[in-house]
Amino acid sequence: MIRELTCIVCPKGCALRVELEGKDVKSVTGHTCPRGQKYAEDECTHPMRTVTSTVRTSTGEVVAVKTATAIPKEKMVACMEAINRAVAQVPVTIGDVVIENVADTGVAVVAAANLEI
Amino acid sequence: MKHIDLVIIGGGPAGMSAAIAAYESGIRNLLILERDTHLGGILQQCIHNGFGLHRFGEELTGPEYAWRYEARVRELGIPYKLGTMVLDITPDKVVTATNSEEGIFQIQAKAVILAMGCRERAKGALNIAGSRPAGIYSAGTAQKYVNLKGYLPGKNVVILGSGDIGLIMARRMTLEGAKVHAVCELMPYSGGLARNIEQCLNDFGIPLRLSHTVVDIHGKERLEGVTIAKVDENRRPIPETREYIPCDTLLLSVGLIPENELSKTASVSLDRITGGASVDQGRCTDVEGIYACGNVLHVHDLVDYVSEEAEIAGKSAAAYIKGETGERINVTLRTDGKIRYTVPQRITQKGDVTVFFRVADVYRNATVKVKNGDAVVLSRKKVKMAPGEMESLTLKASLLEGVSELLFALEVE
Ligand code: SF4
Repeated sequence: MIRELTCIVCPKGCALRVELEGKDVKSVTGHTCPRGQKYAEDECTHPMRTVTSTVRTSTGEVVAVKTATAIPKEKMVACMEAINRAVAQVPVTIGDVVIENVADTGVAVVAAANLEI
Repeated sequence: MKHIDLVIIGGGPAGMSAAIAAYESGIRNLLILERDTHLGGILQQCIHNGFGLHRFGEELTGPEYAWRYEARVRELGIPYKLGTMVLDITPDKVVTATNSEEGIFQIQAKAVILAMGCRERAKGALNIAGSRPAGIYSAGTAQKYVNLKGYLPGKNVVILGSGDIGLIMARRMTLEGAKVHAVCELMPYSGGLARNIEQCLNDFGIPLRLSHTVVDIHGKERLEGVTIAKVDENRRPIPETREYIPCDTLLLSVGLIPENELSKTASVSLDRITGGASVDQGRCTDVEGIYACGNVLHVHDLVDYVSEEAEIAGKSAAAYIKGETGERINVTLRTDGKIRYTVPQRITQKGDVTVFFRVADVYRNATVKVKNGDAVVLSRKKVKMAPGEMESLTLKASLLEGVSELLFALEVE
């Protein structure tokens, strides 16, 4: 089976063609760099996404957060639910852990912006 | 009146990067003027990631990218004034500004860098029949509500225009619990990046309706729905294809335009196509000592390129202040229409020059040709080109010798 994908790793957005045999990736073409190959393989076996959002802070404002690395795509909803329940303590500094091991992914949600008092 | 060597108007990614480059080129008497209450400009509300891959080799969110520059500005001790609105710039580089602490004040600058960014096209620019109930926002305004104020403007959303901000907001509002019913794009192709169509629409099953537009708006006080329709090749709506979609929110993502009101007060000539100043390779406008960079010059797809361009402007403004000028030449760059514009528009100094340009339509298997009269001096094949993607070519200094005009043309097979 052939699967066509758009690489989302960088803004170039290369059109990828993946040759699949059952669940196994046989070959990838169309990528301009090795990251595209890896993306295609991941996307066909276990798609991953980085989630970015905001959390409430102790002062009632909101601050940007992100998952420290990509998480399994099917965990995005559970991740958002956790983010919507979380409260970050002000002051917030980029990199502060806001949620540990979000939705059992082993990945933390960290602050992606600063909020001074 | 205060005298300052270099005044930078705007403390977003372009302004900060220009200031840092000028400082590193030896300029110490400089000042950034920023209208907002923080540095970083629009990046503060762009909380999605994907910034910085070119510059830093990592994927950063907008605020993280901005912070890299703000931290450097603070570290170098580059002075900036927040909450400060510039009212006027004269061609002799007298900058008039105002803030709540100092009232109205004037600065005599030796050089000025314009870095005011861009704004979204207004609702008024849209030709939609019907009333104007509450619930219609530009995509950027909605982004500000959701990401900076933590307030979701609506639950059922239609987006008109498939520019990147619209696509990003489709995902953002979906993640926050809204239902995005459709993204309508007047053109037969999207104005946004392919990766955003993939990760912002396809990931969530949001339909992209190409060659579609909103033809009617329903609701008195609050938006109740929109009528969309397919358009023909002349972009006229086809009546039989009308379709009603109930929604409480319509987001408009119909393009950005450089914010050049101030440039006009300084008598800077603008390029009809880019909406920004016409500049040389150092990003100097046609008013000596006034430079422009970032989205005020032309709308970029990537902030990484904004930073890069701002560095060029910062360095050349520094060289100007220090009285360093290289060997002068005079080459005008023209385009054939398929290539819509180039930045810079002219080359006045000897050296290698990277020229940025955009095409007018989607082209496959096209060749970019740079011509001096009939002679092709440089050509580059491209498998696919689209208006949404900025292209670049580097002209070697040797190519520019004895040349007065170069044409950027596109030949399509
Ligand atoms: S294959 Fe490489 S160059 Fe192409 S989009 Fe993916 S990361 Fe970018």
